[in-house]
Amino acid sequence: MATKNWQVLGKPVVDDNPVTLQILGICSALAVTTSLDTALVMTIAVTAVLALSAVAISLLRHQLPHSIRIIVQITIIASLVIVVDLVLKAYFFEIGKRLSVFVGLIVTNCIVLGRAEGFAMHNGVVRSMLDGIGNGLGYGLILMLVGALRELFGRGSLFGKQILVPVSQGGGFEPLHIMLLPPSAFFIIAGIIWYIRRKRPEQVEKSEFRSQEESE
Amino acid sequence: MAEQASPLRILQVALGVSLVCALVVSLTAVSLRPHYLANLEAERMARLASILDALDDVSVSKNPEDIEARVVELESGRYSEVIDPLSYDVRRAANDPAKNFSIPVEQDLAGIKRRARHAVVYLLRDNSDQVDVLILPVRGVGYQSALYGFLALSGDANEILGLKFYEHGETPGLGSQIQDPSWEALWPGKMAFDEAGRVIIRVGGSRSAGGERIDGISGATRTSNGVDRLIRFWLGDFGFGPYLNRVRKGEG
Repeated sequence: MATKNWQVLGKPVVDDNPVTLQILGICSALAVTTSLDTALVMTIAVTAVLALSAVAISLLRHQLPHSIRIIVQITIIASLVIVVDLVLKAYFFEIGKRLSVFVGLIVTNCIVLGRAEGFAMHNGVVRSMLDGIGNGLGYGLILMLVGALRELFGRGSLFGKQILVPVSQGGGFEPLHIMLLPPSAFFIIAGIIWYIRRKRPEQVEKSEFRSQEESE
Repeated sequence: MAEQASPLRILQVALGVSLVCALVVSLTAVSLRPHYLANLEAERMARLASILDALDDVSVSKNPEDIEARVVELESGRYSEVIDPLSYDVRRAANDPAKNFSIPVEQDLAGIKRRARHAVVYLLRDNSDQVDVLILPVRGVGYQSALYGFLALSGDANEILGLKFYEHGETPGLGSQIQDPSWEALWPGKMAFDEAGRVIIRVGGSRSAGGERIDGISGATRTSNGVDRLIRFWLGDFGFGPYLNRVRKGEG
């Protein structure tokens, strides 16, 4: 039974989310979510790389010798990341500078290589592209959620616009500085994962090791 | 995936993919370069404007158009009237054997090996036409990148009014703090020279050793040392020293 195209696109956004279910791409999720605009640009960059690399690899999937497939995938992904980085430097200079090394590190983002090897190598061009976009959006959804919470409670703003007036400017809001530090992203992502798995117990992983009492 | 591809086939695919990827990357890089350079130039001008904003107690117009650009011959410290400051490309001149100067190794605190013979300085005058602010371009090597910035001095060339870096490739979060407003705020009001005209400003190190001290950045010792050395180089004899001596004597 073939899954429909829209399911390929929609499934990774919530049901099979790369961040919350597969726990991939956490490093960049910590680094670029101190504000909403960097999270948004990172989402777009990762989605573009995912979609384009999926198309390229899916096109080549019958030509690729098995023994060098991984290195060819990495070459394609790395080239796309450089292109995205150059575009950011040319058109979004300020935000590109704040994202700094993390754009280059998309190459090592497990989601990209994971989808290339796990999906694009075995599926047609259109479905691979949809899967890439879906995974990019799933990653982006979590990124935006974390970014919004961190920026709102860390700075009192959203997209740089002041929402809550801090005490230093006569308001009643005390900025939580821990929100701007990496650990807060762990707390928030952990909270999201806990919530999703509470609502959907089928996502809970079986523990691999059991103690004696449990297995008896 | 059952049959093994022949070595020739593997080589063909690898070469083909590499060629296409290389072509895509180089075409993008070449076509987007003008945009990138324009952004860098805008960043440089923005930093120049922001150093003006940081000068609180200076009685000059902060209009970027009122900045006077002059070319200084570094060795003699005299203004050059031959070279047009607007079209003078310092970075190109620094690499041109006819226009550059090789710094003696033991004097090369900033680690830049060669500098252009001339430099563009920016002057701001107060209402009575006296030079109130001098803005000097400085550069040097930090931890693993070149640092480019502007140093603003008072009209008598003794007091530091601010230091802003506009281009660097230091470690994000550590060395990159040279652009933090809180660190930049340490500079204004510090004295660059003592009465005898010796450079006394230092970054990092022990306060008890005397002189004017700027706190180093923790976690970025090499960057802090780089800033320390490049400031001392550009204020010293092989940098703007001769020019600043003339400014102090009122010869400008």
